[in-house]
Amino acid sequence: MKKKVIYIKKISLLLLLLFNFLLLVQCKDDDDNGNVIYQVNCEDGIQNGDESGIDCGGEYCSPCEDSGINFDGTFLQEDIAGRPAVNTIFGFSDLSQNEYNVSTVSNRSNLQEEFRTVLEAYHDIYAISLEIPVNDLDFETNILNWDANIFSTVMSQYDALQVAPNGPTTYYDANQNLVFTGRSLSDDVMDITLKLIFGGTDGDRFDGNNNTPQLTTDAVGSGNRDFSLPFPYLEPAL
Amino acid sequence: MKKTKLFTVIGTLSLLLLCMTLISSDHFDGTNIEGTTSDIADFYAFEGENPESTVFIATIQGNLNPGGITDNANFDEDVLIEFNIDNTGDFVEDLVIQAIKRGDSVHFFGPVIPNQTGLESQIITSTTHNVVQISTSSDTYITNENGMSFFAGPRRDPFYFDMNRFIDIKLGNAAPSGFFSTEESTDFFNELNTLAIVIEIPNSLLGDAPTHILESQGYINSLPQAYNVWVSSKRKQ
Repeated sequence: MKKKVIYIKKISLLLLLLFNFLLLVQCKDDDDNGNVIYQVNCEDGIQNGDESGIDCGGEYCSPCEDSGINFDGTFLQEDIAGRPAVNTIFGFSDLSQNEYNVSTVSNRSNLQEEFRTVLEAYHDIYAISLEIPVNDLDFETNILNWDANIFSTVMSQYDALQVAPNGPTTYYDANQNLVFTGRSLSDDVMDITLKLIFGGTDGDRFDGNNNTPQLTTDAVGSGNRDFSLPFPYLEPAL
Repeated sequence: MKKTKLFTVIGTLSLLLLCMTLISSDHFDGTNIEGTTSDIADFYAFEGENPESTVFIATIQGNLNPGGITDNANFDEDVLIEFNIDNTGDFVEDLVIQAIKRGDSVHFFGPVIPNQTGLESQIITSTTHNVVQISTSSDTYITNENGMSFFAGPRRDPFYFDMNRFIDIKLGNAAPSGFFSTEESTDFFNELNTLAIVIEIPNSLLGDAPTHILESQGYINSLPQAYNVWVSSKRKQ
């Protein structure tokens, strides 16, 4: 009997030691990824870390299904964006800009004429300042061979980014003979847009030379921005 | 003395007005949403590092000065950001990816066929659901699931433009000279941040791309097939 008690005590002591030893074992956290925290450990099929269920909850995993988060309700459009700066350039009044923001892409045929008028208005500003009759200085068919009607139609009725899944992305690349196959971070979309508006058939109509206004470029580049980063592709906040 | 005071008041008011115009100019949007949590600054769509995938970036709430203004900016739980994909060339969305903030994260649903198109949306919860914790200025969180990647948080604004000079041009105040020279021009966005939502998604999940709209309309020949994509912000009613 005494032997048995001593034996049990020994076993208990061993178990206690083993338990304490296990307490001292810990995972070493030395994965320094420059503060980038990848959330790929939520697929191991067990509840670990700070998960509140199997592979869900906690700081890094998706919330558990029964988390009670409410996604109900109806949401109404307040803003919309397709190609860069379309509303900035062609929305000439606060009213028209606000209307644009709550319109659908497929329902803008009424805007084509307005956009065409705006194209001419930009030219009128310079006709007046250069003391040329406004009717003598109009939008000129651009480098894509689009007249004012086609250009205003493309900008108003088809205002989405066209993005090609099986081709290189560019907003406009004359060398590759490509236009509107997406918009990269590095594309100088404003210079391209200005050239399409003010460049005329050769792209240099109002380029600041020969006493013309400089309207085909804003003379601003991307500066020290880095567009070569991996996902999420954007630089950290300044 | 009185006159000096009047000039001071007028001067201050003018300066204030100028500052308000500059601060809230965004990418020069309508006043109804300018500077609100639903104000979309910009939209990008391009081939990913993996050429079999496409990246969508929406920048929301632009013109955030570094520091406290950026740190305090956040997504709105009442504002749904919706990425729209048209697979047929009619400029009506055939697939959507929906993003909305809940707690410290942004939840993503889709790509999924929307249950209605146009100005109104409901969140479709019975589809692929992913979550990413909202990043901060110092910590970046990325979710990688099923070939898709997600990010939400403040970033440096990638957009560059001499916005102030453009406003002058638009208002007729820069005629006849136009834009400035390289030495005189200023990139308005150079030192500004924005809130960004970034999604990278395998093309296999985006369906077929229609004939490029410029080709189908006869405006340009020999363009690759292309989705029509846009982003919208929608507020809970």
